[in-house]
Amino acid sequence: MKKAKEGWKELEDGGRIIVAGNSVLYKTGDWRTNRPVWDESKCTQCMICWLTCPDSSIPAKDKKRIETDFDHCKGCGICAEVCPVKCIKMKPETDFQ
Amino acid sequence: MNTQELKKAQALSGAEAVAHAMRQIDPDVVPAYPITPQTDIMHAFAKFVSDGKVTGELICVESEHSAMSACVGASGAGARVMTATSANGLALMWEIVYIAASLRLPIVMSVVNRALSGPINIHCDHSDSMGCRDSGWMQMYAENNQEAYEQTIFSMKFAERAKIPIMTCMDGFITSHAVEPVILFDDAKVKAFIGDYRGDWPLLDVDKPVTMGPLDLFDYYFEHKRKQSEGIYLAKNIFNEVAEEFDRTFGTKIDVVEKYFFDDADTVIVAMSSTCGTAKVTIDKMRKEGKKVGLLKIRLFRPFPSWELRQILKGKKIVAVLDRSESFGAFGGPLFTEIRSAMYEEKGPKIVNYIFGLGGREIDAGMIERVFTEIDAYKTNEIKEYVKYLGVRG
Amino acid sequence: MNLKDLSIREDRLAPGHRLCPGCAASIIARIVMLATDKPIVATCATGCLEVSTTIYPYTAWKVPWMHNAFENSAATLSGIETAYQVMKKKGKIQKDIKFVAFGGDGGTYDIGLQSLSGTLERGHDIVYICYDNEAYMNTGVQRSSSTPYGTDTKTTPTGKASFGKDQFKKDLTAVVAGHHIPYVAQASPHNYNDLLRKAEKAFATKGPAFINVISPCVPGWGYPSEKTLTMAKLAVETCFWPLYHIEDDVWILDYDPKDKKLPITEWLKTQARFRHLFKPENADVIKRIQEHVDKDWDKLKKQCGVK
Repeated sequence: MKKAKEGWKELEDGGRIIVAGNSVLYKTGDWRTNRPVWDESKCTQCMICWLTCPDSSIPAKDKKRIETDFDHCKGCGICAEVCPVKCIKMKPETDFQ
Repeated sequence: MNTQELKKAQALSGAEAVAHAMRQIDPDVVPAYPITPQTDIMHAFAKFVSDGKVTGELICVESEHSAMSACVGASGAGARVMTATSANGLALMWEIVYIAASLRLPIVMSVVNRALSGPINIHCDHSDSMGCRDSGWMQMYAENNQEAYEQTIFSMKFAERAKIPIMTCMDGFITSHAVEPVILFDDAKVKAFIGDYRGDWPLLDVDKPVTMGPLDLFDYYFEHKRKQSEGIYLAKNIFNEVAEEFDRTFGTKIDVVEKYFFDDADTVIVAMSSTCGTAKVTIDKMRKEGKKVGLLKIRLFRPFPSWELRQILKGKKIVAVLDRSESFGAFGGPLFTEIRSAMYEEKGPKIVNYIFGLGGREIDAGMIERVFTEIDAYKTNEIKEYVKYLGVRG
Repeated sequence: MNLKDLSIREDRLAPGHRLCPGCAASIIARIVMLATDKPIVATCATGCLEVSTTIYPYTAWKVPWMHNAFENSAATLSGIETAYQVMKKKGKIQKDIKFVAFGGDGGTYDIGLQSLSGTLERGHDIVYICYDNEAYMNTGVQRSSSTPYGTDTKTTPTGKASFGKDQFKKDLTAVVAGHHIPYVAQASPHNYNDLLRKAEKAFATKGPAFINVISPCVPGWGYPSEKTLTMAKLAVETCFWPLYHIEDDVWILDYDPKDKKLPITEWLKTQARFRHLFKPENADVIKRIQEHVDKDWDKLKKQCGVK
């Protein structure tokens, strides 16, 4: 069940947000019409896709990119476009339903 | 002041007195921009900075808009922040004045009241601060140099405890530039009274990253405004707490209102700022003539002490509210409408309004005496005109 | 620093913000904030980046952040930075903190220019990043003083009597250079190494630093979302948006396509906002744009001492 929104007495003064980066709770993955499909075997781990993802949706771990964060990836296709070895292909989201 | 007190006093203009309060408070950051008649505060404060008498920084910004913007930034960062302005400068700050209040940043701003353009005029009236009476800032008005000084120190603590910014107002030129005897408190006592300040969730606490000023839409904005409203409502209690501490520390009482020959008076004037001094002189003279006239001086205008005023004014027969600003198209000036509204549930008194002193137009004892005489007649006569203009050529 | 090493650093912008797919503003903000490992305090002018990243009760910012208003991102930051200097002097803060303001072209070229100018002149130790998407995108694509000549916007619509915006783009980087601050640069997110270096340099600079970054906008410019960095690249390859920096008043060109300089049409033809320029009656408009680009490019090369 979705939590009811707070009443005015429960809110912080001044409308401030005190949980840094809590936007992660908001899923933008359902905006996606095309999904980036990453072929790890071809990936050279150059990290360009990690750096240029506008949605911080290509997580990095131990200096390597890992699977796309599909909860947030909006499917813009920049990662596929910038990939120098073309190991990311954009496929219609309908293919995955 | 008695003779002994006078010996301790210094001859200071209102602006200099406020600058001394700022020196004693020693705020971390003071962003300011020149405008007449506020400039004398900043001249004096800048000299304190140059002489190494304060430890904070004066930012000489390129506009009042940036002055208030930098105040918001510095206060959000967790610093103790003060500034000063007048008239058009306050108008240019306008947008950010609201933002400062909504972010609950306890900035103290000395407003040296001056008529708002146009036409441009550099002299006193209250159109500048009255214009932003709904901005969420608290407002106090000083009658003289001593009060302007004391009120500045009081306001710093009041604002920080209430987490609400405050405008501490004095009359342009009349108070800011006239030299009067002022008794300054001991520096160490002021420091102890003010204490240390640390804001809630300061931006400079990088280990606790806060987001200040987010986009707030139809689902939360109203709740935030409701919370802000409660904050300023509760500030009245904080006023009393701080006033008690102020009295304990300095032996000086600060109240939301001041009564002058008030309790037995049936004909009273309600006024603010330097006009109260003129009214007191008039009352002294009329009392000698056996007339039961009195004054109620309003010091705290925001949050407005409606309930207190209702109790104080309810037995009176006739009240003249003196407004040093016009509220175009409204039924009377801002102080008048507030007081009429506060008294609505009471059967009396009759309340009339005098708009006076716009653009620095002189108000003297003779004019105030005429007001008393005129309203005295309303005890029996019908009031034909509720809102009158005092001192304007016909 | 190579990207692998950089990837250990914490991303200062969290996912879940609501910028359009393919937005360059968040790419720029992420890259800039990755360029330092010091703590950052950021401010944002009202605009796409600000509204989309902080829709209450959510924030994408992992650093202390303040939005004040549209025109005062720089002045607000100047207040924060001064508070920091005072508190550091008083021993209340020990950390070395960096300060960055983000503003779009509306908030920087236009309404925020005075606030920026004042902040730069006063010498605050801050970094100002303009993400220049060449129009008021947040309010629905109205022209700004950064909008290029001939652009079709909502307030300069094309019609029988109009080919779009009738004024050339303001050269803000040169305006900022006129303040003679220690570091000024022009950058592009497609050349991320250049942008990273410039941001790193800006943070390391004592005093004010300013970087103007071209920020392609999917809905405002009219191109497919995956082409954002390509759009930025073409702006650079056509010399419409040269990459250069000015350090202590010395102008240095960072990229010269030389004989590979592309005609401006290579950039214009990719975007819906310029589509009307390719009608035969607007041939002279394109000619004027090309002449303007060439003139500016020659001037810049001369200024940078490049033949």
